[in-house]
Amino acid sequence: MNSLSRILAILRKEVRQLRRDHLTFGMVVGLPIIQMLMFGYAINTDVRNLRTAIANQADSHLSQQFVAELAQTQVVDIVAHVDTPQALEDLLRAGEISIGVYIPHDFDRRVVDSTRAAIHLLVDGSDPTILGVANQLRAMPIGFDTSGRNKTESLQVEVRPYYNPERRTPVNIVPGLMGVILTMTMIMFTAVAIVRERERGNLELLINTPVSSAELMIGKVVPYILIGMLQLALILAVGRLLFDVPVRGSIVDLYLAAAAFIAANLSLGLLISTATKTQFQAMQMTVFILLPSILLSGFMFPFDGMPKFAQWIGELLPNTHFIRLTRGIMLRDAALGDLYMEVVFLVAFTLVAMTAAAMRFTDRLD
Amino acid sequence: MNGEFAIKARGLTKRFGDLEAVSHLDLDAPRGQIYGFLGPNGSGKSTTIRMLCGLLTPTEGTATVLDTEVPGDARLLKPKIGYMTQKFSLFGDLTVLENLQFIAEIYSFPKADRVGRIDELLDRYDLIGQRKQLAGTMSGGQKQRLALACSVLHHPELLLLDEPTSAVDPQSRRDFWAALFRLAERGTTILVSTHYMDEAERCHRLAILDHGVKVADGTPTELQASTGMHIIEVRADEPYNAQALIARIPEVASVTQLGVRLRVLMPDSVSDPIAAVNGVLQSAGLPANATLSSATLEDVFVAVTLEPQKAAA
Ligand SMILES: Nc1ncnc2c1ncn2[C@@H]1O[C@H](COP(=O)(O)OP(=O)(O)OP(=O)(O)O)[C@@H](O)[C@H]1O
Ligand SMILES: [Mg+2]
Repeated sequence: MNSLSRILAILRKEVRQLRRDHLTFGMVVGLPIIQMLMFGYAINTDVRNLRTAIANQADSHLSQQFVAELAQTQVVDIVAHVDTPQALEDLLRAGEISIGVYIPHDFDRRVVDSTRAAIHLLVDGSDPTILGVANQLRAMPIGFDTSGRNKTESLQVEVRPYYNPERRTPVNIVPGLMGVILTMTMIMFTAVAIVRERERGNLELLINTPVSSAELMIGKVVPYILIGMLQLALILAVGRLLFDVPVRGSIVDLYLAAAAFIAANLSLGLLISTATKTQFQAMQMTVFILLPSILLSGFMFPFDGMPKFAQWIGELLPNTHFIRLTRGIMLRDAALGDLYMEVVFLVAFTLVAMTAAAMRFTDRLD
Repeated sequence: MNGEFAIKARGLTKRFGDLEAVSHLDLDAPRGQIYGFLGPNGSGKSTTIRMLCGLLTPTEGTATVLDTEVPGDARLLKPKIGYMTQKFSLFGDLTVLENLQFIAEIYSFPKADRVGRIDELLDRYDLIGQRKQLAGTMSGGQKQRLALACSVLHHPELLLLDEPTSAVDPQSRRDFWAALFRLAERGTTILVSTHYMDEAERCHRLAILDHGVKVADGTPTELQASTGMHIIEVRADEPYNAQALIARIPEVASVTQLGVRLRVLMPDSVSDPIAAVNGVLQSAGLPANATLSSATLEDVFVAVTLEPQKAAA
């Protein structure tokens, strides 16, 4: 059939061009590896050795035992002992310490009285990670209060990392990172691939040949599906070899989920290409999509902790749904069937974006 | 092949915002002929060609190209036309051969004849030495030869060439035109825009556009015979000063210096143009020799594209 041979012709041309475009080709392979190393090694949310000062006014056996246990957690690194809570505040303000622990003189009595805080934690709240750690410290088997001003209920919060018992960052990050990397490369490559031809004038020639817009789009998109799959394999391999990231569920399910996700991103890339005139604009649009895909997808911050409005935006991003799929399949051994709503979203997204792109893509110049 | 004309346009108009790039253009290009498109920069040549192949939607007017309505049925037209864009639009990161192969595949050129056809074109357009070269690294003229080869590969009935030879050397241009004539003889209709008068002279018919308006249309001979101007050739010792003096004669439409000669255009309503020219030169003490000459295409071009106020004078 002529249509098929035209699609193949475009496909062949894309592959030839891609082979000569060393920069893009390098990005295909380099980007996932670099991102993996960056996120895997450099970004570490496991917090250790926070500089801490103690003001122990009780000086009882019980309070000394508590301080010893605190030191043993290795979360804190006790660097100073002072006399008053004021001294703790001074150290905190000067940035000498991240956490100040104030133990009142009637500590022993307070411990048995559940209505009064036995210990005051003074925390450098300007760093959300430290604040998080302080909250975890409250789970230590003595009632706490995070600060004098902010009286909290003496609820004992226990954080138990169920699917990642060692709390290793890469295990959490890699499934999400797959989505981020694929979002970035898939949207950018397709958008740029078409806009570049418009900029160079190739499109004026192409739309004057018997090639239809649909054939052109398919021919341009298919190579990138394969590239997306290649990147996925690369990420999984690096994750496995360097960070011991497991795939507990079915690898076939994972690839099926990825196929739906890649299709969603490619159609978004096509849509962007119909709305932009220059490669630079296409890049900007990609970044515009990428930022929320990192920040609002549940990759960086827990989805449930976000304000409702941010969650609504997040729900519209393919990456949000893909991250649920990858975390489910890779870490919780979930089957694709358990998560079918996420797949439904991705497929629907693809259809809508494709239709919009096809409607906007004209075979005219005006 | 039914209609007598490959292109028939009536009242074709294209506006970009306030700018009327092409204005109420009527055009009839007979089949199997080379139809030339002349006009200063921005006169609407490319815009017209784009409307004719269905790339741009006319603001007003209709066009029938190879018995197909454009832009409505442009899809049916695409396999039958070859279009060479003014700006190089082939793939710079593919080799010459790969570009030709791609075009052959896109037009579903019969597989069995592909290699033969490509070799024939490489030979005809003198690209054998460049077949493995990336198209983007070729010289301007080589690129244009490749673009022409690609636009004729599928034996189109109609060829639209937008300034195909602007970067081609004189010898190659001659070969290029020999190739065009050969195509026309076999029945291909060719619409070619150009800024070269020697090329315009070779066309069967010509249209001259100015600010989107067709200001002249006919065979080169017809156009030369109907300029409505006297053409006076002046040999003067101080051509620069002479030019300034002649330009001050109110009737003079244009003066152009060609080496030591001056070419003066004056409306043919002036009864004795020689006397008028000799008069100003002699009173300034410049020895001069003015004779009547016949119009070249360049004279025609200058006469019809004059600035309005000068033409009215
Ligand atoms: N897409 C567009 N948007 C706005 N104006 C345009 C557009 N395309 C062309 N024009 C304007 O229309 C006019 C005609 O342009 P066109 O390219 O047809 O001229 P041309 O005769 O081919 O000139 P040249 O000899 O320089 O190639 C010009 O003034 C140009 O600026
Ligand atoms: Mg032009």
